[in-house]
Amino acid sequence: MSDSYLDMQLLRFTTAGSVDDGKSTLIGRLLYDSKSIFEDQLDAVESSSKKRGVDHVDLALLTDGLRDEREQGITIDVAYRYFATPKRKFIIADTPGHIQYTRNMVTGASTANLALILVDARNGVVEQTCRHSFIASLLQIPHLVVCINKMDLVDYSEQRFEEIVEQYKAFAAKLNVSDIRFVPISALHGDNVVNRSENTPWYNGETLLHTLETIHIDSDQDHVNARFPVQTVIRPKSDKYHDYRGYAGRIAGGVYKPGDKVTVLPSGFTSKIKSIDSYTESLSEAFAPMSVTITLEDDIDISRGDMIVRPNNQPEVLQDLDVMLCWLNNKSAQPRAKYTLRHTTNEARCMIKEVLYKVNINTLHRIEDDKEIGMNDIVRVKMRVTKPLFVDAYNDNRNTGSIILVDESTNETVAAGMIRL
Amino acid sequence: MRYTLTHLKELESEAIYVMREVFAQFENPAILFSGGKDSIVLTHLAKKAFYPGKIPFPLMHIDTGHNFPETIEFRDNLIKELGCELIVGSVQESIDTGAVQEETGKNASRNALQTTTLLDAIEANNIDAAMGGARRDEEKARAKERFFSHRDDFGQWDPKHQRPELWNLFNGKKNMGEHFRVFPISNWTEMDVWQYILHENIAIPSLYIAHERQVVWRNNAWLPVSEFITVEEHEKIETKQVRFRTLGDITITGGIESDADTLEKIVQEVASARQTERGNRADDKRGETAMEDRKKQGYF
Repeated sequence: MSDSYLDMQLLRFTTAGSVDDGKSTLIGRLLYDSKSIFEDQLDAVESSSKKRGVDHVDLALLTDGLRDEREQGITIDVAYRYFATPKRKFIIADTPGHIQYTRNMVTGASTANLALILVDARNGVVEQTCRHSFIASLLQIPHLVVCINKMDLVDYSEQRFEEIVEQYKAFAAKLNVSDIRFVPISALHGDNVVNRSENTPWYNGETLLHTLETIHIDSDQDHVNARFPVQTVIRPKSDKYHDYRGYAGRIAGGVYKPGDKVTVLPSGFTSKIKSIDSYTESLSEAFAPMSVTITLEDDIDISRGDMIVRPNNQPEVLQDLDVMLCWLNNKSAQPRAKYTLRHTTNEARCMIKEVLYKVNINTLHRIEDDKEIGMNDIVRVKMRVTKPLFVDAYNDNRNTGSIILVDESTNETVAAGMIRL
Repeated sequence: MRYTLTHLKELESEAIYVMREVFAQFENPAILFSGGKDSIVLTHLAKKAFYPGKIPFPLMHIDTGHNFPETIEFRDNLIKELGCELIVGSVQESIDTGAVQEETGKNASRNALQTTTLLDAIEANNIDAAMGGARRDEEKARAKERFFSHRDDFGQWDPKHQRPELWNLFNGKKNMGEHFRVFPISNWTEMDVWQYILHENIAIPSLYIAHERQVVWRNNAWLPVSEFITVEEHEKIETKQVRFRTLGDITITGGIESDADTLEKIVQEVASARQTERGNRADDKRGETAMEDRKKQGYF
């Protein structure tokens, strides 16, 4: 058997939009054309569609799995779907277009390498397009692919395509995204989705699937600034490993090698890396996002929440944070209320000290006279934390620049935050 | 040097991270072990996550009493090898004490009864995080699961009010009496699991590999003949070369005809399969939202 599966990479992408944009049709086509839909699933969807009196096969029923979703014909929550080609495995975080839009899109975007933005060729760039793109930019999704869909309904017009590209670029100038691509497609007929279309001879770019399969994602992680948040300490205390003391964690940035000189935060002690272990293997180097166990030459007191870094490349150590906060809960933020904050493997308590402004996600305007923080709001705030955190700007490192807030009375995750420096 | 991971390495790294978070955030976690391939992979990942230490969790098996003998033998050998504690929650015991009542009739199964036994075992052993091998690609209700999935003090799942889960920041906060279900291999597909088993050379029960067995054709699958099922007069017992794509209670786990007698052949077979693996599970066929309904009550 071929070992080609050992060359496959993982790409996570998010799709945003409403059914009207043809999002379900597009996902359905990707799944169907890559043979990721099974016969019994299709049969079940067909019979469910019939039961609901829908005359076409409603592919949303594939993952709108919850009773309420099926009864109301809406997607309540982020749905994850999976497909693979011989080159890559894909995880789609499919976020609903209307209900709790911001909350779901932010959730789906937080782990994505790429966002698919759907634009209806007849309507061009609309408010929803801007909203999707802004959140993709805010969450620093590294790659945006704008699919200009329903090209069949505008006679595959190159001029229309170019108009929309220009419209989008004008708007995107305000965003912080470096890689934006445009593909003219018809999800319904399959043009430029998996196969190159004869209807768009003027388009010389890649098909959507080819882009997904080949887009360069190795640089999506920070491989320069070494950051290793300690998750837990492994001390077997067995006869064979009596003195073994390993620091287990997932590398959040940079490359680590045995022999590297390191500093441990917050103590500031320095040592050298003795070994980087992955099960029975000793690695010659390790990088994000690998889960490894690091041992050091010296016995130092290190515990969960500490961070192993390089002496000459350290994160900021801060107790006052400047954060872009997305509020995810029905219960509004209470002035000066305390929340539990989670950052890497660290936990602390915090307080929102000041609301600087709220962002109108449709126009990107700042609203400075409304300081209430409610569900789906995006606000820039100043926070005070009970102990110093080891942070980078979210725009530099998504792992060390992100936080969540937990309500201490309900235990719910009420907000997601991106740290600014 | 390219700083890139294969998809299997990245999934492995994610799962190990999740398991270490469980160890750090909870007092008394356990691995739900069914003897099926997903929980075997989970156990393998736990071994890797805490090496050279031992797996710091007990394995918990909810035993319907209707087992494939091969599963129990495999389980006992694995426990011996790992040196872990085994907790068994017995459905038979729940029946004997009257906590649940056995279903009757031709398609009777102990599948639904497991929920009570599972919740009782979680409570009796003070388990605050039960890790399971459920995957989002398996079933549409499972597609909505979080990695850290909260259960109230009745063990119930409230799919409409789940905590949002962002980045790698998991929130395991809860009140006394509540617990979490944690799914470290949420993002794996059936194919990923098999490729991983092949690549890591993980031992699995022989039931997954094509073998000859006495079966009857029922509910569109080859149901193994055992002392726990009643063969009807019109049903014919046949000897077929079969294998199982999932393993559960012997009374509801249907096999497929197959000549895949090596791991390589299984991976090839999975790649060309046109039916989902749970297509042969009678427990999912009791209505469109059978899985959601069971999960809300506290099922796996």
